[in-house]
Amino acid sequence: MTGEQVAFWILAPIAVLGAILMVGSKKAVHSALWLAATMISLAFLYIAQGAVFLGIVQIVVYTGAIMMLFLFVLMLVGVDASDSLVETLRGQRVAGVLLGLGLGVLMVLGLGQASLGDTAGLDAANAAAGSNLQGLAQEMFTRYVFAFEVVSVLLITAAVGAMVLTHRERLEPRPSQRELSERRFLDGPYPGPLPPPGVYARHNAVDTPALLPDGSVAEESVPLVLRVRGDARHPTPEATSEVAGELTRGEDA
Amino acid sequence: MNPDAYLAVSAMLFAIGATGVLLRRNAIVVFMCVELMLNACNLAFVSFSRLNGNLEGQTVAFFVMVVAAAEVVVGLAIIVQIFRTRRSASVDDANLLRH
Repeated sequence: MTGEQVAFWILAPIAVLGAILMVGSKKAVHSALWLAATMISLAFLYIAQGAVFLGIVQIVVYTGAIMMLFLFVLMLVGVDASDSLVETLRGQRVAGVLLGLGLGVLMVLGLGQASLGDTAGLDAANAAAGSNLQGLAQEMFTRYVFAFEVVSVLLITAAVGAMVLTHRERLEPRPSQRELSERRFLDGPYPGPLPPPGVYARHNAVDTPALLPDGSVAEESVPLVLRVRGDARHPTPEATSEVAGELTRGEDA
Repeated sequence: MNPDAYLAVSAMLFAIGATGVLLRRNAIVVFMCVELMLNACNLAFVSFSRLNGNLEGQTVAFFVMVVAAAEVVVGLAIIVQIFRTRRSASVDDANLLRH
């Protein structure tokens, strides 16, 4: 086996497995990570085929920029927004899997029927230009220079479009510090800052609520996100009464 | 090495991506599946470029990457905007355009 075959038989299963797990994972963040794995193995497959520049661009642009954008939007939209598992169209899942399988089988069988001839290899093409990068540059800036310019226009349009789409006009003036302060005293039952989370010997974390002087738990001391997700710790009554006892003993001494 | 194996992987990735577009509800995951299909096409382009011994396939694959980047930027901006108005990124909820 040549080195390329070894690389292929390691990378191709990773790519296909990552793709399947991307479609299969329930959480969108997991999907994004599996897609990143697939894209990195594809980058190495490009490099193994002599497309060195494309392999590097694949890692920089796809796994670097595009996957970062995906994860950024996922965080913006809310990581908890997992897929609903309710089927709105009956039998859609079975039909989708069957169609996908059919498409895959059709394409693989079609490729098996095609006679592709001998591989010419890229060595001659690369050597004619000097290297793979120089060869690509020659193609891009001579034959495809018009497409290159059009694509640059497309990129600028996309950037402007993203700015226009995500821009929001402020409908009312920004409240001043005085107005915010007055609103806090008028609405809220508790105008001061919220208590910080508890710090114990074993749990030095923001998910542990602080204890009030009488040993009861101050729920507001845990960040709202953790409380909503149900990740806040709840100290047992024994522990809280113990701490309260120690506090009173300390005051006595 | 024969390009058949690479083309088979490319076809499988494309089919998996198409299945994901059909199955998933989360608009972001649907977008990821579209990206996977574009990547599968790129792999086929690179394989054919090597089979034919010229660099045009790689040039086209490069252009595909650029267009994919532009598509992701606009698509994710639309998803963010839909999420702001609907509080949901599910493709089932964005149905106000129908008759």
